[in-house]
Amino acid sequence: MKKLRILLVFMLVISALVFSNTGELDRSKTLIYTGGIWSPPSSWNPIVPWNAVAGTNGLVYEPLFEYDPIAGEIRPWLAESGEWVTKNVYRITLRDGVKWADGVEFTSKDVVYTFNLAKDNALYFSNIWDYTEKIEALGKRTVLVTFKENPRYVAWNNSITDVTIVPEHIWSKMTIDQILVAANRDPIGTGPYKVSRVTQDRLVWERLDDWWGNNVFGQPAPQHIVARIVFSNNVILGSIMKGELDFANNFIPGIPTIKDRFGVKTYYDNAPYMISWNTAMLFLNTNRKPLDDVNFRRAIAFAINQQTIVNRVYENMVAPSNPTGLVGTNWMEYYDEKVVEEYGFKFDPSEARRMLNRAGYIDRTGDGWRNAPDGSNIDLTIIVPNGWTDWMESIRSISEDLRAVGIKATPQFPDTSLYEDRMYTGNFDMLINTYGSTISFSPYTYWSWVGNERIDGERATTGNFGRYNDPELFQAIRDFAYLQPEDAKAYELASFIQKRLLQEMPSIPIWHNGLWMQMTEEYWTNWPSEDNPTGLACGWAGVWNKGTIRALIELKPAK
Amino acid sequence: MGKYFGKKFIVYVFTFAVAITINWAAPRFMPGDPIQSLLNRFGNIEGGTEIIHSNFSQLFGLDKPILQQYLGFWKSIFTGDLGISIHSFPSPVFDIIKSAILYDIIIMVPSIILSWIVGNNLGAISGMKKKADNFLMPFFYFLSSAPYFWFAVIVVFVFSVQFGLFPVGGAYSSTMIPRFSFNFIVDFLRHWFLPFFSMFLIQLGGWAIGMRNMILYERSSNYSKYMKALGSSEKLIRNYGFRNGILPQVTGLALRLSNIIGGMVMVQMVFSYPGLGYQMLQAIMNQDYFLLQGCFIFIIILVLVSNFIIDIVYMLIDPRVRLSYSEEV
Repeated sequence: MKKLRILLVFMLVISALVFSNTGELDRSKTLIYTGGIWSPPSSWNPIVPWNAVAGTNGLVYEPLFEYDPIAGEIRPWLAESGEWVTKNVYRITLRDGVKWADGVEFTSKDVVYTFNLAKDNALYFSNIWDYTEKIEALGKRTVLVTFKENPRYVAWNNSITDVTIVPEHIWSKMTIDQILVAANRDPIGTGPYKVSRVTQDRLVWERLDDWWGNNVFGQPAPQHIVARIVFSNNVILGSIMKGELDFANNFIPGIPTIKDRFGVKTYYDNAPYMISWNTAMLFLNTNRKPLDDVNFRRAIAFAINQQTIVNRVYENMVAPSNPTGLVGTNWMEYYDEKVVEEYGFKFDPSEARRMLNRAGYIDRTGDGWRNAPDGSNIDLTIIVPNGWTDWMESIRSISEDLRAVGIKATPQFPDTSLYEDRMYTGNFDMLINTYGSTISFSPYTYWSWVGNERIDGERATTGNFGRYNDPELFQAIRDFAYLQPEDAKAYELASFIQKRLLQEMPSIPIWHNGLWMQMTEEYWTNWPSEDNPTGLACGWAGVWNKGTIRALIELKPAK
Repeated sequence: MGKYFGKKFIVYVFTFAVAITINWAAPRFMPGDPIQSLLNRFGNIEGGTEIIHSNFSQLFGLDKPILQQYLGFWKSIFTGDLGISIHSFPSPVFDIIKSAILYDIIIMVPSIILSWIVGNNLGAISGMKKKADNFLMPFFYFLSSAPYFWFAVIVVFVFSVQFGLFPVGGAYSSTMIPRFSFNFIVDFLRHWFLPFFSMFLIQLGGWAIGMRNMILYERSSNYSKYMKALGSSEKLIRNYGFRNGILPQVTGLALRLSNIIGGMVMVQMVFSYPGLGYQMLQAIMNQDYFLLQGCFIFIIILVLVSNFIIDIVYMLIDPRVRLSYSEEV
């Protein structure tokens, strides 16, 4: 009994303590978000960006140009301007007065150093040296890029917006081996923030008040940014409803329902609420029977009801894809309506049945499932990673759609690593994936993913997981990369690529995942939205420098 | 005595070697490629992944012959260098475990020990008093069979969302900076309480039911009946019953204590509380061989040490064990 009493006293003490609370960071000047970091922060190395903490690129290291996916524009950032001097010479003029966080002046030597790093070593942007002759500094503020005969314009446009510049005076002191494994705990960049505190479940960024961009773009409003690791939806939902989080970048079921009651903001006020950010593709293994038959593949496309997935799984928080899978300002530029009208597909189960009947896929055994023309059974699987609940529901829905037309396709949920292994080695029937379909400045990135030509090895990791082989298509995609965006030839090729992909249907675009942005107005207002396109409120890696910093500059304290 | 420990020691060393070997081998038999899943997180690499892939394989020594990797692993155990995490590259595994394990300990150890003490006592009361039993038992059964995930979400809903007494999750407020100040300690305890309390409650039922059944069993034994016939007090009978009934509970306690890392996973999921359990789950999902090995070495050591302690405790509380070894009965 005595122990019970001690416990009771203990609990009373705890609950007495409950009612006092004072913050240490000034909440009204602090921005708190979740959804960007998923494991304890461990690296701030911009040279190894897939491993760096979200925010390293953008908050600390900055690119020469900024890509704005909403407006579909490339705008100067560290650079003041960039222009083609001749067909294969590009001149970059840098801004005046840009300084590294340690006070050293930012010059053209830093830019040349960064790009040359990828020349001598295998880095994520080394491919620019496939088509680049040399990159040299002309004085402090000019960089001259000379390409081999034909520049790959598309890839170059990606490089100037994705590659962030590192300071030569710091990184040149390290060997490449040191650079690759550096955690870079106190990164020195040109950006508006620095790392302040790192713990198990959060990372605190602190504003640098003498950022060069203050005079050019304006000063980001939050003094501190706290990136929280929150892995449970119920905690995120609870924190959003209480206004404890300023924004969250997770897919949270139920947002449309609670949105108005708890004052949660989304980019669009109504469905689809979120900006379409990538295309979820259903890859079909073209090396396996009966998926090697184009008629069968096209019939599948007609059998799938995208709207069920959009309504039931995503509660209208995503948009269904058009038949080409193209999305976003820049890609839609090339969308060919005529091609879609002629070769596209739409949900039409009776058409799917007709197509299957015509191609000889009929039920020969009387078990209710269709058989292949040679009489063999059709027993397919669809895989997505276990635990990705929205995708899991989606393939259940697809499986039901296919059952309705008599095709047996069972959903399966292997662990992520096994799923990826089967995807890369071509050991699957059907699967859903989005890894390479994030919207970008050119649909080339998307096509070179769905129509990736590197499919001969044991592992195909860069797309086209169904290993659809079509040299003509590959050539067209390759050629597209060498054209300026507005070139008439580019439009021609784009139409050809769309047509071929629809005719052959090696993969089926289903829906567009959203850039999940859920914002609250307890402490900050003036969030980006359809009517107030100030940028993005997303803390994912690679998105900070595509609009989030611009949005931070426009934020207003609520009180 | 010496013979007892000598025998035990050999068993422990053998167990350790086998467990460590399985621990090393199991992740490597998993299909998939850890380096590839590391690279996957960056979708935009166009070409060149093979070279980066081989760079990293070399770095982690995954290109070496399998036997060499195994021997290197044993060496690393004795030098304390557990390698670098693949998933949280380039953090050393030891640092990750060091900074995470504290969170597991502060939630799990108090909740296990307190629920054990309180549960055993309530169970003993329940076993002795029919009236108490009538209302305590349904409560215990509810606690022990409620799924933790569901139970904890309800606890959060009631205490955090409905009454707003406690925060929803995390180890401390977003605006807090860890330091030794009154505000921080208070904030930390507020965040600590619900994870602890939910864990305490959910374990309480099992201990209480176990103890109650042991007491009932002991009460029906001959020595209890004889004591009763001699006119001993209920309390005395209960105390003797308790001393016998506690033995299996002690074993259970050891098993529970050695499972603090695994037992913490759900707490972390519900409360987004930091700790090693979730990290381990991530390590499994991402095939982070080195972090997995590190976690398992920790768990193995924990299991062996707690078993060893229990062996010693048994010598103290169970005269049969003591006598069988020291006096060669």
